[in-house]
Amino acid sequence: MGQTMAEKILARATGKKALSPGDLINARIDMALGNDITAPVAIREFKKIGVEHVFDRERIALIPDHFTPNKDIQSAEQVNEIRRFVREQEIVHFYEVGRMGVEHALLPELGLVLPGEVIIGADSHTCTYGALGAFATGVGSTDLAAVMATGELWFKVPPTIRIVFKGRLAPWVGGKDLILFTIGQLGVDGARYCALEFTGPVIGELPMDGRLTISNMAIEAGAKAGLIPPDKITEEYLEGRARRPYEIILGDKDAPVLENYEWEVDDLEPQVSLPSSPANARPVSEISGTHLDQVVIGSCTNGRIDDLRVAARILKGKKVHPHVRLIVIPATQAIYLQALREGLLEIFTEAEAAVSTPTCGPCLGGHMGILAAGETALATTNRNFVGRMGDTKSKIYLAGPAVAAASAVAGCIVHPREIKGVG
Amino acid sequence: MSLLRGKVWTFGNDIDTDAIIPARYLNTSDPAELARHCMEDADPDFPRKVSPGDIIVAGKNFGCGSSREHAPLALKEAGIACVVAESFARIFYRNAINIGLPILESPEAPEVLQEGSQVEINLAEGEITELTGGRKFKAVSFPPFMQEIMATGGLINYIKGKVKK
Ligand code: SF4
Repeated sequence: MGQTMAEKILARATGKKALSPGDLINARIDMALGNDITAPVAIREFKKIGVEHVFDRERIALIPDHFTPNKDIQSAEQVNEIRRFVREQEIVHFYEVGRMGVEHALLPELGLVLPGEVIIGADSHTCTYGALGAFATGVGSTDLAAVMATGELWFKVPPTIRIVFKGRLAPWVGGKDLILFTIGQLGVDGARYCALEFTGPVIGELPMDGRLTISNMAIEAGAKAGLIPPDKITEEYLEGRARRPYEIILGDKDAPVLENYEWEVDDLEPQVSLPSSPANARPVSEISGTHLDQVVIGSCTNGRIDDLRVAARILKGKKVHPHVRLIVIPATQAIYLQALREGLLEIFTEAEAAVSTPTCGPCLGGHMGILAAGETALATTNRNFVGRMGDTKSKIYLAGPAVAAASAVAGCIVHPREIKGVG
Repeated sequence: MSLLRGKVWTFGNDIDTDAIIPARYLNTSDPAELARHCMEDADPDFPRKVSPGDIIVAGKNFGCGSSREHAPLALKEAGIACVVAESFARIFYRNAINIGLPILESPEAPEVLQEGSQVEINLAEGEITELTGGRKFKAVSFPPFMQEIMATGGLINYIKGKVKK
């Protein structure tokens, strides 16, 4: 009987020939991640275990990104705690303000997460690296502490739900629309305890940035991982980037899956998820005209260069609506620099958007654009839970960068084709 | 593991970690400070109303959203003795086991247990008794491996025992 990609990757990390859903295993971890919220707790737990050194100082990444550049004294103390640990343990992958990025944009960019690997992160969107064919999953701080000490972690092997996208995407439709649609179909717990696997001709043609967006939000359907089988696009992306040798692991065609969905997406419109659940996905035309106070383009979901290019195509020569505040946050320093060189930052600034240094910032209601009571925002981020970006009486709509840029210009939610001269 | 007895607070489906402990308070991981804002965005009065030994009963997918361990920590520090839900989001499930916050999965619980009712929980047996009506039912049992982690007081103690060997 064949095995899925998830089963094969976990089997390799466990030294077993084959695994089945439900098996409890102890897997070897190729890379472990923590951030400025979760790492301090993990460091304290690590110290309780009583081992002297971390299992491998090159396989731990500690990325302060949530409240950085530090927004207050407490968050500065949190990063200082990480800094001390990094020096003491000689952790290699620690990236400060000026060199950093939002963790899930940064690690793929640096070639630190690779196909066939098992990766954990004390952050729920660690599933992003599934786009590269890694089994990557979010865990808690205590799990991270255990991995830092032993290099291993326990897992229950998940069953797989396969999603096959067929057809061709319409203009202005991208990875974000596919994943919002998927979450809308499955619900926020539709893939709970499962691995999602995204395949089909549409994925085959989707550039890496769009794939990362899809895998990033697998957790929003409750999934443990969001895998995309590596192909030519994956290998091209990793060329000159991968920091370690890697092995591509694909699933068997006859592998039994829990569920198999095949969706024709030719007619898929850009999607918008209504407050306060990512699963409230609707075609943009259904809610066209919804008033907005703020638009945010950024985050580990949609702060990559392709996202900024899409936004710039719409914003070029336009002005953000007088009632709207548009905040654009390139997800890493490298993306920031690339956007600068391509003239995108100039387009944003001339359009009267605020461009920020890389940070999670408003995505989790941390800083850099918090909402007041009664305000409405549209964001390219991944969660629109109550209070996520500020006051519990504020509202958040989720969409891709095209709808975000178009809506910032219109002052209300619109389909990008509604913007004059964009087409 | 002991016999728990406490008052029930009920919540609905898909209670996310932003509701359990809003991100705006995550510039600290001090459990006492976190407990002061526990469940605040789901019920602003909750931190004031809750008393040690109380039990949370919720619907599907409790603890969905972020991986913040601050969520089970805040509940534990606020005195919550056990969370009984129809189902848990997987990271919350791991975190609760890892830090030693007792949780039980029971599809019947949200139906049988009403806000304010007194309940008795036998953790070892996974047995839940509603004391007013006297209704007894069983929760889904944990695999032995997870029971072992919980019995040693969480993942850190479990690993401590192993690395010393
Ligand atoms: S950008 Fe948002 S979702 Fe991504 S890691 Fe930061 S806070 Fe989490």
